[in-house]
Amino acid sequence: MTTGCGIVAMGASWGGVHALGVVLAAVPADLPAPVVIAQHRGEDGPAGLAPVLGRRSALRVVEATDKQAMRAGHAYLAPPGYHLLVERGALALSTDEKERFSRPSIDVLFDSVASAYAEEAIGVILTGASDDGAAGLARIRHSGGLTVVQEPATAERRRMPDAALAAVNAHRILALDEIAPFLVKVCAEGGP
Amino acid sequence: MAEPRPPVRRRDLEAVEIDLLAEGIYEAYGFDFRRYSRPSFRRRIWRRVEAEGLSSISELLARVLHDPPCMQRFLSDLSVNVSAMFRDPAFFRVFRAKVVPLLRTYPFVRIWNAGCSTGEETLSVAIVLKEAGLYDRTRIYATDMSEATVEQARTLTYPINKMREYTANYIEAGGTRSFSEYYAADGERVMFHPSLAENVVFAQHNLVTDRSFNEFHVILCRNVMIYFDRVLQEHVHKLLYDSLTHFGVLGLGGRETIELVSHRDAYVPLDETARLYRKVA
Repeated sequence: MTTGCGIVAMGASWGGVHALGVVLAAVPADLPAPVVIAQHRGEDGPAGLAPVLGRRSALRVVEATDKQAMRAGHAYLAPPGYHLLVERGALALSTDEKERFSRPSIDVLFDSVASAYAEEAIGVILTGASDDGAAGLARIRHSGGLTVVQEPATAERRRMPDAALAAVNAHRILALDEIAPFLVKVCAEGGP
Repeated sequence: MAEPRPPVRRRDLEAVEIDLLAEGIYEAYGFDFRRYSRPSFRRRIWRRVEAEGLSSISELLARVLHDPPCMQRFLSDLSVNVSAMFRDPAFFRVFRAKVVPLLRTYPFVRIWNAGCSTGEETLSVAIVLKEAGLYDRTRIYATDMSEATVEQARTLTYPINKMREYTANYIEAGGTRSFSEYYAADGERVMFHPSLAENVVFAQHNLVTDRSFNEFHVILCRNVMIYFDRVLQEHVHKLLYDSLTHFGVLGLGGRETIELVSHRDAYVPLDETARLYRKVA
């Protein structure tokens, strides 16, 4: 039984910068939960993704710092070369091995979200050419959280949403532009 | 008569198991993981549970208590801070530009690489100091909590398939020589030149339970405290502070902040982006 809206976790890979931009641009500043994001990108890539996404969003989009307190109205991006994890109310980083060739890993983030937030977690899998995130989304589902997968036909790369749907009986399969309104509605009503 | 209490929920049970594991290891072996950052600690616990072919954290507790080699394996999991030579090349560029000139003003330099893991960062610093002509008057103390990890670091050997990445990092970090001068290949491994370790003291030291053992001009403790909770970070920051000379330099990982620590006012940034700070009070 999902009880809504303690945290929104999003995972994306190939095509994710565009997809995240679309979702974040449609989320209002008063979304009552913090957003955490694992977007695959190069280890030493420029740290310019947060401002790019932030310009289009009412949320404050920042790169995560270790042990930073999470606040509603903010979106926290996994820094390149680190896994992003959460505990209740705060972020944590690790430099552990890559998972499925990825660091940040969506599975690592979602697993920590499931453990810390259980039925208050919302997990969203967006476009990507990877299987990362499927196991993590299953963990969120198993812990009672709400699971959303981008409709594969609307994804720039459909492998990641396909993999997630193969692993999880997701609560919602939504076109890209339906995701933000759904999150807003769920958080306002406290349930799907 | 007291009402029977409702059963605890699954994730609370897991938290109980993690507490018991940390407590048991502390009582039996003296290693203190009780204030490790929970999300990472939990993840490493489950990896060891799976690697041992077990199905719960409680089973791992039983095994580490009764089977010291299992404790050693778990300790290696917890100690290994996956690193690379010249990881975060920008840090080493700044180190060359801003720390090396400070070190030139000292007749003898002591550096502490705290949480050295298998030595990648230690050798990177050694190479920078060699190239700056400072190595001969430097001693680097490289410590890790795991004796097995320190032992591995002492071998100066790494998989040959890492050399492409390390070479690229070295060049991006401002290295001007041929990186392959520093090592010799031997099958699947390479061994770095023993002269790089001439002035390196590899030793076992536990940041959580051991004390300060010297005063240093530079302490590098990068991406080590991300595995600690804030209470333990505070404790270790005090240890590092006590181990730095006045005007000594502290280097943290690129995504760590000194802002959450009470010693923050004792430091001024030497380079904020590189997370290099100078002790001024």
